[in-house]
Amino acid sequence: MSIAANQIGVLLATLVLAALFLVSLGVGAGDVTLFGLWHGTAELDLLAISRLPRTVAVVLTGAGLAIAGLIMQAITRNRFVEPSTAGTAQSAELGILIVTLLWPAASLGFKTLAASVTALLGTAFFLMTAHRLPPTQPFLVPLFGLVYGSVLGAVATLIAWQLDLLQYLSIWSSGDFSGVLRGRYELLWIGAFLVVAAWLVADRLTIMALGRDASIGLGIDYARMMQLGLGIISVISAVTVVVVGVVPFVGLVVPNLVSRLMGDNLRATLPVVAVSGAILLLACDILGRLIRFPYEIPVGTVMGIVGALLFLVLIFQPRVRG
Amino acid sequence: MIRIENVSLAFGKTNILKEISVSIPKGGITALIGPNGAGKSSLLGLAARLLPLQAGDISVDNLSVSSTSGKVLAKKIAILRQDNHVGSRLTVRELVGFGRFPHSHGHLTENDHRIIDESLRLFGLTEMSERLLDTLSGGQRQRALVAMAYCQDTDYLLLDEPLNNLDMYFASELMKSLRNIADTRAKTIVIVLHDINYAGSFADRIIAMKDGQVVADGKPADIMTETALGGIYGFNIPVISVGGQPIALPFRR
Ligand SMILES: Nc1ncnc2c1ncn2[C@@H]1O[C@H](COP(=O)(O)OP(=O)(O)OP(=O)(O)O)[C@@H](O)[C@H]1O
Ligand SMILES: [Mg+2]
Repeated sequence: MSIAANQIGVLLATLVLAALFLVSLGVGAGDVTLFGLWHGTAELDLLAISRLPRTVAVVLTGAGLAIAGLIMQAITRNRFVEPSTAGTAQSAELGILIVTLLWPAASLGFKTLAASVTALLGTAFFLMTAHRLPPTQPFLVPLFGLVYGSVLGAVATLIAWQLDLLQYLSIWSSGDFSGVLRGRYELLWIGAFLVVAAWLVADRLTIMALGRDASIGLGIDYARMMQLGLGIISVISAVTVVVVGVVPFVGLVVPNLVSRLMGDNLRATLPVVAVSGAILLLACDILGRLIRFPYEIPVGTVMGIVGALLFLVLIFQPRVRG
Repeated sequence: MIRIENVSLAFGKTNILKEISVSIPKGGITALIGPNGAGKSSLLGLAARLLPLQAGDISVDNLSVSSTSGKVLAKKIAILRQDNHVGSRLTVRELVGFGRFPHSHGHLTENDHRIIDESLRLFGLTEMSERLLDTLSGGQRQRALVAMAYCQDTDYLLLDEPLNNLDMYFASELMKSLRNIADTRAKTIVIVLHDINYAGSFADRIIAMKDGQVVADGKPADIMTETALGGIYGFNIPVISVGGQPIALPFRR
């Protein structure tokens, strides 16, 4: 991938994202027109309190999830894992559930903290196990992740069912941006910081994808990088689950699509992965608002369908060789 | 100098290496030979700190591999492992360029690019430098990995069976390049070889291992004899002399 082509790719993606951003500001049950914005304060309020926060939240979530998926794929050296199917998101749900039980009045920030801790523990266990599985059978890792995630999800459901908290659980287990308002999404900015942090260590992540021996040979502190990756994955997942709920597939299909087009030199591709994640999620969120206008379909549902289709395309499309 | 002192290694109850002590002075090519399972890869892995030391000590230019930081060692010693699986979609140039990471931490300078170009040229990769690794043949990929290790530009280069998958032409080209590097740049190369004739022709010294021990150690002329080779490999290997050069004929029926 030449540098010029790469830069054009980034530029194009950013333009698409900017266009979607504007569309997202305009779509919803209440009308927002330029004329109205110029004259009235009501529409300005709608924009500032609801539309803008929602749109920003979608962008931050999409970028964060795509990067979390990318990192998980690099450090497990497996293209078919992502946090929402490897127990990370489910561990975070368990964490929030436990806090809700023990301390119902806990703040969003505290819930995020608790979710991050359980996500960290749950993901650490997944990674430790993944590294023990034979590398000759690459499908064992995602398969183990699926089973592991389902078991954790089942435990959460059981607890919630026993304690009559099922409707809470469904809030976290299915991503939805309709409840995002000013003052209720700002934690997602943590994800943006972590995306930047990931970009700063992009070369190390690329090397980690070459394997442990190559990493150590090149002087990388493998254990520390593993912990850093684990931390970024867990916190991004936890924040997302707390604020919007589980959103599937973004972390899986976006890194894979970008890898097909641009390769795996993460220093070049990581920004594209982040922007593309934002584009995909924002497009799905807008779609969810338009399909049954003026009602909404949760983004988790839309993403489930779109993501699954994209995944099938990835599987059946022969690899571009070049 | 790589100093290996009383190094032992066990996986579970089986002893893989048994109290190995051997020193490899600076400069020249040392060939490590021996039957499958002798412990050659394990020994290199320990020297390059890929495996944790269990007993004994290994130092490279007086830097103990167990206590020196990975960053420092990465500028001293580079290793090519025997089995490498690269699943990343990187171009040959990108992969080789990562060999510069210990020096440049990803910000390649003019000098880095010069060394990358030289590595590509040295291992016959210039023409395919923009191709993705997963589009290369096994031998081409192997050369890219050797070039990456070379590009790390360390005083010590450990190569575990670099001739894997190489055709006759590239195998002998690679050995000539290594000979040239060792002679003109004062690099110390330790290379695991199964083709003892390459060891006999290109190495300054041959160390033979068997069952986790060093069983022979000396100049090629001393090792390339029927008795010595028979002892190492456990079957009769005739050795003839071609132009004063001993050639082993393990395939003679
Ligand atoms: N991770 C491991 N667990 C258990 N045994 C191992 C492990 N790695 C290597 N061994 C054993 O250690 C012994 C030495 O292995 P090593 O790879 O060092 O041999 P080698 O001399 O490089 O052989 P080859 O010529 O086949 O590459 C072998 O008997 C092998 O079965
Ligand atoms: Mg070996």
